[in-house]
Amino acid sequence: MTNGYLPFEKPLIELRDKIVELKKFTKDQSIDLSEEIETLEKKAEKLEKEIYGNLTTWQKVQIARQTSRPTTLFYIRSIFTDFMEMHGDRLFGDDPAIIGGIAKLDGRPVTVIGHERGTDTKNKIARHFGLPHPEGYRKALRLMQQANKFGRPIITFIDTQGAYPGLEAEERGQSEAIARNLREMAGFSVPIICVVTGEGGSGGALGIGVGNRLLMLEHAYYSVISPEGAAAILWRDANQAQQAAEALKITSNDLKTLGVIDEIVPEPKGGAHRDQNQQAAYIKKAIVKHLNSLLKLTPDELVEDRYQKYAQIGKYLEPASKGSR
Amino acid sequence: MSGGLRGQPLYGKFHSDGVLHLFKDLFRKQRKYATIPSPQAKKEIPEGIMQKCSRCNTILIAKELEKNLKVCKSCGYHFSMSAPERIQATVDVGRFFEYDADLLSVDPLEFPDYSKKLEKDQEKTKLNEAVVTGEGTIGGYPAVIGVMDSRFRMGSMGSVVGEKIARAAERATTKRYPFILFCASGGARMQEGVLSLMQMAKTSAAIEKMNRERVLFVSILTNPTTGGVSASFASLGDINIAEPGALIGFAGRRVIEQTVRQKLPDDFQTAEFLLKHGQLDMVVPRLELRDTLIKILEFHA
Repeated sequence: MTNGYLPFEKPLIELRDKIVELKKFTKDQSIDLSEEIETLEKKAEKLEKEIYGNLTTWQKVQIARQTSRPTTLFYIRSIFTDFMEMHGDRLFGDDPAIIGGIAKLDGRPVTVIGHERGTDTKNKIARHFGLPHPEGYRKALRLMQQANKFGRPIITFIDTQGAYPGLEAEERGQSEAIARNLREMAGFSVPIICVVTGEGGSGGALGIGVGNRLLMLEHAYYSVISPEGAAAILWRDANQAQQAAEALKITSNDLKTLGVIDEIVPEPKGGAHRDQNQQAAYIKKAIVKHLNSLLKLTPDELVEDRYQKYAQIGKYLEPASKGSR
Repeated sequence: MSGGLRGQPLYGKFHSDGVLHLFKDLFRKQRKYATIPSPQAKKEIPEGIMQKCSRCNTILIAKELEKNLKVCKSCGYHFSMSAPERIQATVDVGRFFEYDADLLSVDPLEFPDYSKKLEKDQEKTKLNEAVVTGEGTIGGYPAVIGVMDSRFRMGSMGSVVGEKIARAAERATTKRYPFILFCASGGARMQEGVLSLMQMAKTSAAIEKMNRERVLFVSILTNPTTGGVSASFASLGDINIAEPGALIGFAGRRVIEQTVRQKLPDDFQTAEFLLKHGQLDMVVPRLELRDTLIKILEFHA
């Protein structure tokens, strides 16, 4: 996994290395190998399509977990201007796993919030790998209430393995903190757009994820339980995470089919980390598009729009009325 | 308004007199057929006459345990209650009308063994799903009532559970009846994947509507209330009540021990632990629960 390449990308990387070698050889030895190079480049292009066009669920999970994958802070700085970070929940502390503040989106004031899992090892540890404590959810809530008060749209970035599992988190009411956010987010009368950028880890993700629109990056995943956790329960073997990942239907395509997300945001070939700026541009385009349509709604309509979005999620049979969904 | 448990005609059939008669009969029958072992004779000895307390190991007479609302007379351990038992112990006799009994789960992800497990639990519990909702009166006060049943897929929340709870909350809002919800759940149902997760948002949004319309929501957290259920509607009561000893929490004990390697106190994630840390309004023993609810309903009538 050198240079952040994943095992399944190996054939492509080898081919690309060979092309670079041939190009160097051509230059150094003044021998024309352009024909060979062209053939190889075509082959690489084909291989690239094959690999990235047919990613398995597990491969996507690996991409979503890439350490080099851009984090919320990068997106905030690329998509918005004038970001001012705000700290603390006014009750206990300031959770480094959730960042938030005010910023401008094409000149319009908005509130932005997201999980921040950190970039290098030291930073990741300082940010608890993006696993929030109750004070993180409560900071997010405080900022969202502020946004609601001043009529600012709310944009959230979801990228966490889940809420922090720990003694103190439980003592301070992890459940209540998440639950309250779900309820409060349902009631805000400003537009809310949530973007799953990497890992959507269960309740810990949902705690800042109740919006009018839910967008998801192509290779992100969103699941009720980690594939490893599901495998441990199902087959008592965390190593069967690959099968569990498939069974849980957690990719952006799955969620679109299930009617949970509104749009899949494309990723550059190989994933967001291959071209971070391009990725930020794709996300911005999607946010702006959805925000513009939401801004046409009245405050009451925004609340009702969000209510209906979640009311419709779920599949069941209702024999009496011969209806089902 | 009689709120006492003993005064309720509901428990008439469990009067101690009747129980004594029953056991005398059993004893006689047992002797009578003792020398003729036949399938029929075996059938006439009902199963589960005795039950051992899971906490103090005292041998309890099942009928008496039932009469005592499944609370151990010796140590106060609260056995889990099925939804029908809970409804019987809570609402006024004959005053419960069920909602949405016909909603059925499907297998939206074609998850390994899910359909089979659903069928098995339906057979075992005689319930369609892990929650029963409806309306009734408690001490004469009308209320919308929901009861989760931990025997059905550990009370986990999939599409049907989420939908039934959301609809019950919506009806409570429309009728302006208080919503009393007994929670018992291991969390979101894995076999319906992200659809289960989204039920947390759906139910919480319905609770928010109640909140806006100033309709009372009382959440009663019974053993166990964990994961996605504790992190949604179960924690959102205007009043949150728990039964003694109930396991309540977000992350599982084992997950915490394995991931962050913390030493956890013995009472970790019990109702008493949560009360101590300010997460509950009160811990109420089951035998006082109906009276407590009636009092709360009276305050909000």
